[in-house]
Order: sequence, then C-alpha cells, then structure tokens
Amino acid sequence: MAATAILLALAAVPPLCAALAQPYYLTLFARVMILGLAAMGLNLVLGFGGLVSFGHAMYIGVGAYAVGILDAHGVTGGLFHLAAALAAGAALACFVGTVCLLTRGIAFIMITLAFAQMVFFLAVGLKEYGGDDGLSISARSAFGPLHLDDPTILYYAIFAVLLLTLLAGHRLVHSRFGMVLRGAKLNERRMAALGFPVRRYQLTAYVISALVCVLSGFLLANLTRFVSPAYMQWQVSGELIVMAVLGGTATVLGPLVGAAILLLIEEALAAFAMGLPVGVEEFVRDHRLGALGLLIVLAAVGMRRGVYGALAPSAH
Amino acid sequence: MLRLEDLVKHYGGLAATDHLCLEIAAGELHAIIGPNGAGKSTLIGQLSGEIRPDQGRIVFDGRDITREPVHRRALAGLGRSYQISSVFTEFSALENVILAVQARSGHSFRFWRRANTETQLVQPAQAALAAVGLSDLAQRSVASLAHGERRQLEIAMTLASKPKLLLLDEPMAGMSQAESAELTQRLATLKGSLTIVLVEHDMDTVFALADRVTVLVAGRTIATGTGAEIRADPGVRQAYLGEQEESW
Repeated sequence: MAATAILLALAAVPPLCAALAQPYYLTLFARVMILGLAAMGLNLVLGFGGLVSFGHAMYIGVGAYAVGILDAHGVTGGLFHLAAALAAGAALACFVGTVCLLTRGIAFIMITLAFAQMVFFLAVGLKEYGGDDGLSISARSAFGPLHLDDPTILYYAIFAVLLLTLLAGHRLVHSRFGMVLRGAKLNERRMAALGFPVRRYQLTAYVISALVCVLSGFLLANLTRFVSPAYMQWQVSGELIVMAVLGGTATVLGPLVGAAILLLIEEALAAFAMGLPVGVEEFVRDHRLGALGLLIVLAAVGMRRGVYGALAPSAH
Repeated sequence: MLRLEDLVKHYGGLAATDHLCLEIAAGELHAIIGPNGAGKSTLIGQLSGEIRPDQGRIVFDGRDITREPVHRRALAGLGRSYQISSVFTEFSALENVILAVQARSGHSFRFWRRANTETQLVQPAQAALAAVGLSDLAQRSVASLAHGERRQLEIAMTLASKPKLLLLDEPMAGMSQAESAELTQRLATLKGSLTIVLVEHDMDTVFALADRVTVLVAGRTIATGTGAEIRADPGVRQAYLGEQEESW
C-alpha cells in the first residue's frame, strides 16, 4: 500500500510540475530517484547482506565518468555509454569485492573506504578530463528515438529504471540467492556448515549492488550533464548509508524513502519559510545540516526499522 | 567412514589435541566423552573444518579432507549441529530447513523465483520437520520458538542436508528432561541409517545410544570400547569417571 502510494506520487511529479510551472522540482525529484536507486543498490549488501560498504559512491563515479569520458571523445551512443559503464563497474567491483571480502566488520568498512578514496584521487588526477573541476557533457546519451533531452522523458526513463530495479530487488531477496545472502548475514558460520560457499554469493551480491550504483551514476551524469570527482567523495558514500538506514534496511524500497526524506528536507530547510520566530529561522537555515542531523538522530532512535520499515511492518 | 591419524593441535604451549588417532566405522553411533578441557570442542572444530590441525590427517569416506574448507566438507556429507542453537532467527522454521535442503540441491545463483514456493525445496524440508515433530510450527518465526524446539529444528536442518556422517555437539544441552528423552528416542531411530558422532555430557544418553564410546582426556584418547567396557575400564575410572561414579 505504502509502496504503491510512493510510486504513484513519483509518477505524478511531471504533470504536477508542468501544471505549477516549476521545472526545478522535476530535477529535484529526478535526483531523489537517482540517489534512491544508488541507496537501494548499496542496501543489497548493507541491509540484506550485513556488509557495511563505505565506498559505494565510487560506483556512481564510474557510471558518471563513463558517460563523461566517452562524450569527450565524441561517442554519444547511449548503449555504448551504458555498456562501458557496466563493464568498467563490473570489473572494478569484482576486484575490489574480492579483496574486501577477505575481511569483515570494521576492516571491511575501512577497506571499502580506502578503495573509494583511491578511485576518487584517480579521478582528481584525470587532468585531461577536468581533474578536480570536473567535466561538462556536451549531449545526453542517445538512445535512438528516446530523447533524454526532454526533461519529462528523462524523468520517466529514470522512473522506469527505478521500477525495474525495485521489481528485480523484490524478487531477488526472496529467491534462493536472496535466502543465502540473508542467511549469511544472520549466521555466516552456520551457512558454511550447511555447505554454502558463502563468499562467492557475497561477492556476487557486491557486484550486483555496485552495478546498480553504476546505473545511478550513468543517470546522474545524464541529468546534470556534468561529472566531477565530487560524485564519489566519501561523504556521498556516507549519505547513501544514511539514506538506507533512515528509510529502512530490511526493505527493498526503504532506501528510496530515505533518499526522498534526506533530499527533500534539506531542500525544504533551505528554501521554505518555516514560520519560526525571527532569528531562530535564520539560525536553522544557516545550520540546516545540523538540523538535518538532529532529525536523523530522532528517526534512528524512534524508528529502529527506518521510516519505511515502520510504515510497512512485514514488507521486505 | 572417518579416520583421524595422529592429529595435533596446539594452542600456545597447550596441546588441545595430542597425537589423536580415532577410527569411526560406517553406521555406528560413536560417542566422545571427556571432562571439561579434554579437547572435545577443538576436536569437533577440526572435524567440521573450522579449526586447522597443526599436524595429522583427517580421512572421511576415503578422501583426505584435512585441508578442505567447511562448506566442501558439508557437501561431501559431513553434517553438524551446534552446541549453542545456531538457527536463523529471522526466518520461519520451514525456511530454516529450506536453506539446509537448498545447500545440497545445486548452486543458489537463482535470482527470480521465491525459494519458499519451490516444491523440490519445500517438500523435503517439511519431511525433515515432521521427522523431529515440528510440523505444526513450520510457519512460525524461529524467534518465537522455545529453546528445546530450536534444538529440534537444528537437528531437522542437519538431517535435511542428508549427511553421511552426523556430528552432534551436545545436542541435549539446555533441554528439559522430557525433551531430551524424546530426542534420545529419535536418535535411536536414526541409528544404523547413518554414522553419528555424538559429543555429549549426559551419560544416560551416551550409554543408552552409543555403540562405542571414546574417552578423551587432555587431547588424547585413553580408551575406546563399548559402554560396558568403558564403565569397567580402570584407567577411565581413575582419570575421569572415578570422582563422579556416584552420579551414574
């Protein structure tokens, strides 16, 4: 129920923005979906696999840079962009995942962060592709008759990717593969004793989750027509974790809800009059990240299963 | 079925397993007893693959498994239950057993179909639950099961993985008397159909079930024989049973 309402609301954004003549909000909600997609991807390993990756922003970067670099060389074909992004992401994720999965717990968190930082500085060092300043993209990925230059078409393309990912995610967590992944989160030792080569399944989950983030980066580059190392700053990896935890890690949809809450509240604190007394209002606006942090703390304490987890108690 | 050759495991200066040799025949129920600190847990760990021995060989079903990882031993037919219930609390009882069935029914790189609607997983799982008398609780979340029920679920999972050799690590621990009597009976019905290695404190169970008993003291076997032989063995009496003779 809650899921249907959320998706219907997202589907209704373009006509509403058109009616209110507020194209800015179309972009805002497109961002919500793109970062929600990345958080959902991360949550496959975080929530269902129990592996806290603190480096998933690098896969957003891989997806975005694939578009930016190919575009810089005059390649505009969307399928090329997508194939290059997914291939590069898969190769990187196989390597990084194999190394990181030799560890668990805190060590896993630190080593995923270390790899993400390496890739971040690699991007900063790409002087021919803008280095620190990033790189503008001359044209959005071309998919034949599907013109992503039309903001509404781009919005619905992102929405379609989101829907497909949700459906696939929902099937996956209840499949044999999902059972093994969730079982390993609960009791890895017991899974091995039952005969499962646990690490192989965890690596596969890691690669799938990375590829969802690559997809998200691909869409982000197309939305902003810009890529920069900032996409894969460690803070972004942290925000993805916050989104997943805030929305609810035990659900497929939760991270999307978390992304919506985080981005929309941040926006609201910055842009809207809150009706607070003079002085207080400015204080909150100037320190809006602090206010946001306070809200996250309250949500984390009050709703252990996340906002969406609290709404949909039995949903996965 | 299972042969341990000159197995050694040191922890610092302490020999937890000290040149241990042991032969377990196919189809027998072999109990391993010993006082606390005799090295029973270390031995179980080496058998299941969680602990690497420093020296020696483990041969299972004609194959050297000394260096094999846990999951390969399990797939080769070495099933184990844990001293502390080790079930998946977020899953239903049925789903727990489904996982055990799934482990031996090919790879699990299947991403689409709901596992708990696959007949080839659900049917054997239900059969295993019925075998331990838990059919009525199949859909219950494991978090809501009583301790004894979890132990029975544990056994059902181990059975569902169709092992050739069953490694039972104190299966009666924390069970009520009625529950442990019931489990003893169930184990008695399993006897002969598969090889069982039973590590147990409860002497009534050991002597009621075991074909042969091995007594472990300080990482070494000091005696192996039938229950009667073990009771009569003066060395065992002195080293281990003497002080507790009253209790059994």
